[in-house]
Amino acid sequence: MSAQQQSTPSPYLPYEAEIVERIQETPDVFTWRLRFVDETLHREYQFFHGQFNMLYIYGVGEIPVSIKNREGDLLTHTIRVVGRITQAMAELKAGQHIGIRGPYGRGWPIHDCSGKDMVFITAGLGCAPVISAIEYVVENRPRFGRLVIMQSVKHHTDLLWRKSYDEWRELPNTQVLLAASHDKANWPNWELGRVASLFDDAIYDKKNCTVMMCGPDGMMKGAARMLSEVGVPEAHIFLSLERSMQCGIGHCGHCQFSGHFVCKDGPVFSYPEVKEVLGHKGF
Amino acid sequence: MSRSGYLTREKFPALLNTLQMDGYSCVGPNVRDGAISFDKIQSVDALPQGVEVDMKPGEVRLRQEDHRRYFAWPNGPQSVKPWLYRSRELLWSARQTDEGFVFSEPQIEAEPIAYIGARACDLAAIKLQDQHFIQCEYPDPYYSAHRKALFIVAINCSHAASTCFCASTGDGPEISGGYDLLLDELDDGYQVHFGTEKGLSIFEQLPLQSVTEAQEKQAQAQLEAVASGQERKLLQEDMYSNIFANLDNDEWDKIAETCLACGNCTSVCPTCFCHREVESAALDGQSSAHYREWDSCFNQDHSYIHGFTVRKSIQLRYRQWMSHKLGTWRKQYGRSGCTGCGRCIAWCPVGIDFVAESDQIAGNF
Repeated sequence: MSAQQQSTPSPYLPYEAEIVERIQETPDVFTWRLRFVDETLHREYQFFHGQFNMLYIYGVGEIPVSIKNREGDLLTHTIRVVGRITQAMAELKAGQHIGIRGPYGRGWPIHDCSGKDMVFITAGLGCAPVISAIEYVVENRPRFGRLVIMQSVKHHTDLLWRKSYDEWRELPNTQVLLAASHDKANWPNWELGRVASLFDDAIYDKKNCTVMMCGPDGMMKGAARMLSEVGVPEAHIFLSLERSMQCGIGHCGHCQFSGHFVCKDGPVFSYPEVKEVLGHKGF
Repeated sequence: MSRSGYLTREKFPALLNTLQMDGYSCVGPNVRDGAISFDKIQSVDALPQGVEVDMKPGEVRLRQEDHRRYFAWPNGPQSVKPWLYRSRELLWSARQTDEGFVFSEPQIEAEPIAYIGARACDLAAIKLQDQHFIQCEYPDPYYSAHRKALFIVAINCSHAASTCFCASTGDGPEISGGYDLLLDELDDGYQVHFGTEKGLSIFEQLPLQSVTEAQEKQAQAQLEAVASGQERKLLQEDMYSNIFANLDNDEWDKIAETCLACGNCTSVCPTCFCHREVESAALDGQSSAHYREWDSCFNQDHSYIHGFTVRKSIQLRYRQWMSHKLGTWRKQYGRSGCTGCGRCIAWCPVGIDFVAESDQIAGNF
């Protein structure tokens, strides 16, 4: 017997990437536009809308972050400062390097949606996972039916990428409905309230639509129930979940959720897959 | 060629010698800190001769008996798990350069190990961990290397503890596969079977006699006695639906009144696989190492996501453990995650009885 040597590269190993541009979106939200140092890897890197990467900052650690999109030639991630690692990431400047491994998980089933009305529902700042899917629908507009985007934030000033929303609002066959839950006054194009307060104004074919949701579990559970009540088939409702993820490949166990690992079986699930425990305390 | 042979007690050292000659380090049971611990051993002198073990919820006591058997006890606090899925493993490291940093992965040099004394519950657990770490989209190179380098000498149990319930999970006590060599210990020696070609090559080098009919019968009889002597029985039927119909059962709160959330149960469980990733930067800032370490769903930060802990209370963490192990595990791995070893019961410092609790929660139907 001799010692066993390893043959394939470790799935845990990140790849070096350069921060080409850093955009401060709000006081605590920033976007990175990234390029892998390895040119071949950069050219060949592909992802599905709704997948995530593990991002590594030297000497501090690794976190899962949903992929915003590929803009031009560059991979983009939008990050909110919420903890130790994101705080350290916020300090990095253009030209500095990070580590990336991915993409991981199952994204939105956008390629199965031709001819359908597309309904996007998000709450809070968690809209990044649906942005690339919305942009895909916008770029391939004739392939889809109506496009309805419903988003709520606390204050209307919290909305990221306002310009994009304004542009989408002008598209044919498209509705952009926004709600602010903590504002005092009605701003143009804004309702007061939570995302569910927008549901009555949304016009789409309940029987022939795909819903993609992202936000707090309680919001998604409530929204899924309401949609189901007005006749949207549950199997047409998809949602993106967020749980503690440390490996991203179904090994570390932190994101165990019902019969799934969110990192590998999700983060996008159909509502029936997670209905049993979604919103139940402790899951 | 016969598929079994008999190794007398006097000739038993030949097993270790042959394995060592073939390049294996032998890992076997020995008494350490008042428990049966599996460590590297040089000779049979390290084995716990005449030792028996009494186990009940929250209590393990060794007892010296007047016989020459080495394996007259069911298990110690650890299964084969720490030798395959190491409690701490370096995943990669990064070194700073002028432009940024470079990643490097460690050369995995898995030492060939012969593990002597794996039980039926341990083998069933290895099968599950193989499923988790190897038979998946991203096979784990560390576990895979240790697994490939492992030689398993399994042993059929001759003594059950009051905490054992492998018969009810269908995993034991009789070993049916997953070993290189299989032993049945009798008073004066061992019935030896081989299960693989690796096992055969060792088997062929052993000074074996043929097995007599009486020896075969005795081995079978003691195995049957172990099976019928098991008092605890883990419910199997409808476990998933029964647990998930009882997510708000008061019993979870009652367990939480005594549970310390110490994580002993998950540490000794042969199938628990949770680990955290840890970054350890050098003081001079020139390099940083990325490790994984065993974690437990009983730790508060196990379910932490930026500013929010999904399972803040102990009842939710205990529920997570049991509902995964006995319930949703079936959806993920096609069977329950419990192989009936009873370690979580024996090594729980407050003596929480996993089998009794699952009965209490999911059995009243």
